[in-house]
Amino acid sequence: MDRRKIEEKIFLFLMRISAILIVLSLILILFTIIAKGLPSLNLAMITQTPKGGYYLGKEGGILNAIMGSLFLAGGATILSMLISLPVVIYLNIYAKKNSKLSEFIRFSFDVLWGIPSIVYGAFGFTIMLFFNLRASLLAGIIVVALLILPIMSRTIDEVMRMVPAGLIETSYALGATKLETAFKVVIKQTLPGIITAILIALGRGIGDAASVLFTAGFSDYIPNSLLKPAATLPLAIFFQLLTPIPEVQERAYASAFILTAIILIISIVSRIITNRFSKNLIK
Amino acid sequence: MDCQSHICVNNLNVFFGKEHILKNISLKIPDKKITAIIGPSGCGKTTLLKSFNRLIDSYDGVKVTGEILVDDENILHPNIEVTHIRKKMGLLLQNPYPLPMSIYDNVAYGPRIHGIKNKKKLDEIVEHYLKQTNLWIEVKDRLNAPASRLSVGQQQRLCLARGLAVEPEIILGDEPTSALDPISSKVIEEKFQELSDNYTIIIVTHILRQAKRLANYVIFLYLGELIEQGTAEEIFENPKEEMTKAYIQGKIS
Ligand SMILES: Nc1ncnc2c1ncn2[C@@H]1O[C@H](COP(=O)(O)OP(=O)(O)OP(=O)(O)O)[C@@H](O)[C@H]1O
Ligand SMILES: [Mg+2]
Repeated sequence: MDRRKIEEKIFLFLMRISAILIVLSLILILFTIIAKGLPSLNLAMITQTPKGGYYLGKEGGILNAIMGSLFLAGGATILSMLISLPVVIYLNIYAKKNSKLSEFIRFSFDVLWGIPSIVYGAFGFTIMLFFNLRASLLAGIIVVALLILPIMSRTIDEVMRMVPAGLIETSYALGATKLETAFKVVIKQTLPGIITAILIALGRGIGDAASVLFTAGFSDYIPNSLLKPAATLPLAIFFQLLTPIPEVQERAYASAFILTAIILIISIVSRIITNRFSKNLIK
Repeated sequence: MDCQSHICVNNLNVFFGKEHILKNISLKIPDKKITAIIGPSGCGKTTLLKSFNRLIDSYDGVKVTGEILVDDENILHPNIEVTHIRKKMGLLLQNPYPLPMSIYDNVAYGPRIHGIKNKKKLDEIVEHYLKQTNLWIEVKDRLNAPASRLSVGQQQRLCLARGLAVEPEIILGDEPTSALDPISSKVIEEKFQELSDNYTIIIVTHILRQAKRLANYVIFLYLGELIEQGTAEEIFENPKEEMTKAYIQGKIS
């Protein structure tokens, strides 16, 4: 065998190993969650809030955390989208390519992306202390929105940069304004990418514990107002694991299973929506 | 300045950053005729064409001086409404760019933007322009299918229909047949010939034979300068400039 064939073989081998590693770790995680969580998973867990001594192994469920997480991540995703879209449309349609300002905005997002979530949490907490505010769903939503803002913006930005210049020119040439071009052409063309970006951000937001620890707090009740504290699944898992009672520890895995299932369902549903919208795209 | 022609350019200079791309161009484009802009690659043909509908505005560091009169109105004037000028001109690019929507919506895109909402009116417009570009029979049963599924030749005709649907007076084509197969190219060429009864047509082309077949009037650019302009006969049979002669004979490219 000549050298180039051997090279080819070695690289193919390495690529296979990497692929297998990824799939294997996914299977391992899922297996752990399912094996340890399934036995203690029951209907009460997803239909009831904690009742009388839940954390001591008594009855009830984690509906408070499920609803809290959905409200919080949903609210944060919507808020973050309301900020991301205008910024990204500005960067790609209005601003001159490679202007100093756009470069600075992109750089800022990249830096923000790298900041650990506990820092966002601490930042939010400091501001809340300053204004003498208590932990609440609203505070959690704002901090998580900030946390996922760079992820969402930069991901959508990368997709929008791929839109062919000719497509945008075509719309201008027909007499469309920049705004019309942004909404009727660019957003349509990048919709699958935008949905993916929203999903990645949502997944990050729903799974983060550090940013909500001090800002959203925790509560045994489903929040009925934006100003009430809210429980979240990651924190529920955290608290359950912390107890010395084995029964409750096992529930942590059941909670992890529920969190994973929620993310999975959201991904699948949005894939289906994306496919429906992507038939018109220009390659 | 009064101008009998449809488009009249006076001392046009275009800079991209420090680069001087179009150098002091003055020319006239006759009404309801086909004008071909020819010249070697990189000489500024596309830039000139996109100056006419101010598409170059969106490029980085662009600076334009001089005047471009369209119907006696200087479109480079800062107070001009760009969308208005662009509505007057249909544009065909080198590659067809159907918009990410259905065939119907592609043709209806312009009319909708310019305020037509009535479904029946839109139906009429779509049918009329698809017929005009010989596309109707091929697509009438799948108007709601994505435009991206059409063949490249069909896509270019769709782009033409879409451009005509905004009721322009001028059609700009930047090498509109270069991505097409010979048969589709021929269809587009024939359409241009037909349309030249009612529209002023300006095409950029690399293909001298195409310019000879189509053009009534020819503009020859070289390295950003206008070397010669005149009727097709003058330029092809009897060019005044040595440079034009050399280009026509294929000695420079
Ligand atoms: N966006 C831009 N920024 C900077 N320079 C540009 C830009 N677009 C074109 N140029 C330069 O302007 C000059 C003229 O380009 P133009 O596209 O008008 O040439 P052309 O005659 O259409 O060429 P071709 O026949 O290859 O299409 C070229 O030197 C090109 O490098
Ligand atoms: Mg060109």
